[in-house]
Amino acid sequence: MVKRSKVRVLIAKPGLDGHDRGAKVIARALRDAGFEVIYTGIRQTPEQIAESVVQEDIDVLGLSILSGAHMVLIPKILKLLGEKGIKANEDVLVLAGGIIPPDDAQELEKMGVGRVFGPGSPIEEIIGFIDETVPKLKKFRGES
Amino acid sequence: MINELIERMLKGDKRATARLITLVENDEEKAREIVKKIYSNTGRAYIIGITGPPGSGKSTLVDKLIKKARDEGNIVGVIAIDPTSPFTGGALLGDRIRMQRHSTDPGVFIRSMATRGSLGGLAKATNDAIKILDAYGCDIIFVETVGVGQIEVDIVKTADTVVLVTVPGLGDDIQAIKAGLMEIADIFVVNKADKEGAEATMFELELMLDLEKDKWQKSGWRPPVVSTIAFTNKGVDELWGAINEHMEFLLNSDKIEEKRKFRVGEEIKAIVSSKIARKIGEKMGEDDIAVLIEMIAKREIDPYSAADLVLEKALGVKV
Ligand code: B12
Ligand SMILES: Nc1nc2c(ncn2[C@@H]2O[C@H](COP(=O)(O)OP(=O)(O)OP(=O)(O)O)[C@@H](O)[C@H]2O)c(=O)[nH]1
Ligand SMILES: [Mg+2]
Repeated sequence: MVKRSKVRVLIAKPGLDGHDRGAKVIARALRDAGFEVIYTGIRQTPEQIAESVVQEDIDVLGLSILSGAHMVLIPKILKLLGEKGIKANEDVLVLAGGIIPPDDAQELEKMGVGRVFGPGSPIEEIIGFIDETVPKLKKFRGES
Repeated sequence: MINELIERMLKGDKRATARLITLVENDEEKAREIVKKIYSNTGRAYIIGITGPPGSGKSTLVDKLIKKARDEGNIVGVIAIDPTSPFTGGALLGDRIRMQRHSTDPGVFIRSMATRGSLGGLAKATNDAIKILDAYGCDIIFVETVGVGQIEVDIVKTADTVVLVTVPGLGDDIQAIKAGLMEIADIFVVNKADKEGAEATMFELELMLDLEKDKWQKSGWRPPVVSTIAFTNKGVDELWGAINEHMEFLLNSDKIEEKRKFRVGEEIKAIVSSKIARKIGEKMGEDDIAVLIEMIAKREIDPYSAADLVLEKALGVKV
C-alpha cells in the first residue's frame, strides 16, 4: 500500500451549487484517515480545478456536485486535464460524489471517472477504493 | 527523469515544477540531486514570509498581496503551509481556498504544503521548494507559515522580509508574542481592524517597539505597524509599501548579504543534523537502542554517556 500521508487529494466543488456539507465531510474524513487533503471550496470553475491539479501535483481529484450539472462539468474538467497531459486513471484518480443518477454515473465511469459515490456512501468504502487504486497510478509505479 | 523535469521547469512548465516539489518533499536523495542541479539557477527571488497566530488572516492577506505583486509585473510563487496531524499523519490544507482566484493566472504558482512533523512553522522541504520556484522564475515568493504561537520562528531563517500578522483582542497574548515572534518581525500587521480593540493593539505594539529602541537603532530598521482589513483590501497598499521599503532597505545595504549568509549557515546546520540522524538510523537498529535504554533504566549508564556511545557507533569517531 502507498503511504497515505504521501497521497495528495484535492476536494473541489465545481459549478455554482453551494451544497458543501458532503465535500467537507469527505475532506475531513480523508484527513483523519491520514491523507494530505487540499480543500478548494465551492464555486470553482473547471479551469481553476485543472490548474490546481497541476500546481498541487495531486493524486486523487474528488469532485462533489449536487446541482445536477455533473454531465457538463465533469467532462469539461477531464478534457482540460487531458490538454495538460494529465490522464484520468493513469496520472490521477478522479472520484465524484453528490446527487448523480446511476445512468450518468455509468457514463462518467466510461469517460474516466474512477467511481461515483452517492449519498450514504460509507467512508470506509471510499478510503478502500483509494487505497486499492492509487498504487496503479504511474507516479506510484515509479514510471513518471 | 529528474534531468528532463528540470529542463522543462527551466522553460516554465508548471507541471514539471510541481512534480519536482513533490520529489523534494518525498525523497531526500532526490531532493539532494535536484538542489545540486538547479542551485546555480537560484538566488534571484525575493522571499516574503507571512506568519502569525491561527486564523489571523494570513491567507487572505497573501491573496491581496499576490494582486499587488502581479500588478507590478512580477512572477509570483506561494508556498502555504498547514499542519500535519501528529496522530494520523493526515493534513487538511486550507490556505489555497483564499487565493483560488489567482490559480488560473499564468504568472502565479501556488503550492500547499503539510508540515509532516516539522515543528518550526514550516515544512522540512520548504526551503528546497523555494529554490525550485526561484529557479522556475518567480520574482517574489510568499511563504505562509502554519498558525504560530511564539516559538515557531523558522521563517526568520527562510524569508528576506518577515511580516507578522496579529489581530485585535489577543490581550495577554501580545505579551506572549513579544517573547519569540516579536523579535523576528520586520513588519507588524494588525489585521481585522474592523474589530474592536484594533487601535489599542496598534498602540501597544508601537509602545513595545519604542521600548526596544536600542535594538532597531543598531539595525537601522524600525519595524512599522500597519493596520489592515484584509477582506476589504483596506491598508493593503500601505502594507505593500512597507514591504517594498524593507526590501529597498535590505537591498541598498549589505544587510541582504548578511541575511542570506545567515540563512545558508542555518541550512547547512539543518542538513548536517538531518544527515547525522539518518546515519544513526542506518547504523543502529531498534535493538541496539533498546539495549541502551535497558542499561539506562538499570542505572548502569547515564543518558549522556549513552548518547556518546550512539554517536561513536554511527560516526566512527569519538565525539
Ligand atoms: C442540506 C441541503 C441543502 C442546504 C445546503 C447546506 C450546505 N451548506 O451544504 C441548503 C438549505 C442551503 C440547500 C439549498 C438548496 N438546495 Co439543497 N439539499 C440539501 C439536502 C437536503 C441534503 C444535502 C446534504 O447536505 N447531504 C449530506 C451530505 C453529507 O451528503 P452528500 O452531499 O450527498 O455527500 C455524500 C455523498 O454524496 C458522497 N459525496 C459527496 N461529495 C463527494 C465527493 C467525493 C470526492 C466523494 C468520494 C464522495 C462524495 O459522500 C457523502 C457522504 O456519504 C439535499 C437532498 C439530499 N437528500 O441529498 C438537497 C438537494 C441537494 N438540494 C436541492 C436543491 C434544488 C436546492 C436549492 C437549489 C433550492 C431548494 N430547492 O432547496 C438550493 C440551492 C443552494 C445553492 N446555493 O446551491 C436538490 C438538488 C436537485 C438536483 N441536483 O437535481 C436536492 C437533491 C433536494 C431535492 N431532492 O430536490 N440545500
Ligand atoms: N473581520 C475580519 N475578518 C477577516 C479579516 N481578514 C480575514 N478575515 C477572516 O478570518 C478568517 C481566517 O482568515 P485566513 O486568511 O484563512 O487566516 P489564516 O491566518 O490564513 O488562517 P490559518 O492559515 O488557518 O492560520 C476568514 O474567515 C477570513 O475571512 C479582516 O480584516 N476582518
Ligand atoms: Mg492560512
